[in-house]
Amino acid sequence: MSAFQGTAGDSGPDRLGHGGTAPGRLHGAEHAVGELMAKRIVVGYGFWIFLLSDIIMFSAFFASYAVLVGQTAGGPSGRDLFDLRNTGIETACLLLSSFTCGIASIGAQAHRGSWFYGAMAITFILGAGFIGLEAREFAGLAAQGAGPTRSAFLSAFFTLVGCHGLHVSGGLLWLLTMVAQVFAKGYRADILRRILCFSLFWHALDIIWVALFSMVYLMGAAA
Amino acid sequence: MSHAEQHSDPNLADAVPGYERHAGEEFSEGLGSYLIGLGLATLLTIVSFFIARTTLVWQPSIPVALAVLAIAQMGVHLVFFLHITTGPDNVNNVMALAFGVLIVFLVVVGSLWIMAHMNQNMMPMDQIMQMQR
Repeated sequence: MSAFQGTAGDSGPDRLGHGGTAPGRLHGAEHAVGELMAKRIVVGYGFWIFLLSDIIMFSAFFASYAVLVGQTAGGPSGRDLFDLRNTGIETACLLLSSFTCGIASIGAQAHRGSWFYGAMAITFILGAGFIGLEAREFAGLAAQGAGPTRSAFLSAFFTLVGCHGLHVSGGLLWLLTMVAQVFAKGYRADILRRILCFSLFWHALDIIWVALFSMVYLMGAAA
Repeated sequence: MSHAEQHSDPNLADAVPGYERHAGEEFSEGLGSYLIGLGLATLLTIVSFFIARTTLVWQPSIPVALAVLAIAQMGVHLVFFLHITTGPDNVNNVMALAFGVLIVFLVVVGSLWIMAHMNQNMMPMDQIMQMQR
């Protein structure tokens, strides 16, 4: 009991995660690595929880869309409106950008600037292309009188797809700030953690898009 | 067990989603995972778009096929892009994911179920109009 208390008292600061600052410690270097890993795990796990809550928010929009999909109020249905060629190009853009975002994150972890900057640039171009195509689709729908005020179906459609589009737009801004941070501050541990969170966010957006193009566009065009 | 001991062996430490342990040393190894993921996801996407427009299969089976393909592709994304695996270092991430999936399932299926019943029990619209007169 007393021995345990002695050990506990001795390594007390270690338990709180501040012990690594003493240079003469036996586990000094190992502890610094452990602390780095621990922070990375906490950050990544916390951001994963946020992403899951974001997905749950999207599930509410999906549920309202699924309930309202038949309520067209005499207006056009998905079958009349959706252009699967456009959706296919959007899907290709987002899938490829998810891939290049992964390349950028491993490039950053390996401290390879050309891979990181190149892959981030391609990710931005593909993401911006996706947003451009979606904006053009929305403008086209509004021009033919199928705006969000036309029917409950179209309200739900614009809310769901528009919310995803807003997420992608926010992701593009985040991408630019990450590139600027790496450019200004280099591959510091905290910057790398932010890049990890950004790539998680971007991959999660692609997962939501998979549900979106399957349920909204493909089922809407097939039904 | 002290904090330092807990993480002295990096292979026993917890993993985070999106982080592959070998990326620092083995650039190509991380790249391989993303390439496999991209290939599988592309394949599933092409099949989805093909199934949606084909007349070769029984039409009522198309929504089911699309749902299955979408779930499969989300699985591919989770494993190869977000690196959520069934390994012992991933238990926390998988448990959080399982809880998220449960909530998503309850929200979507619950809404559809309840609203379908309410639709069925609702009086036809023309009769409601007559009652309002």
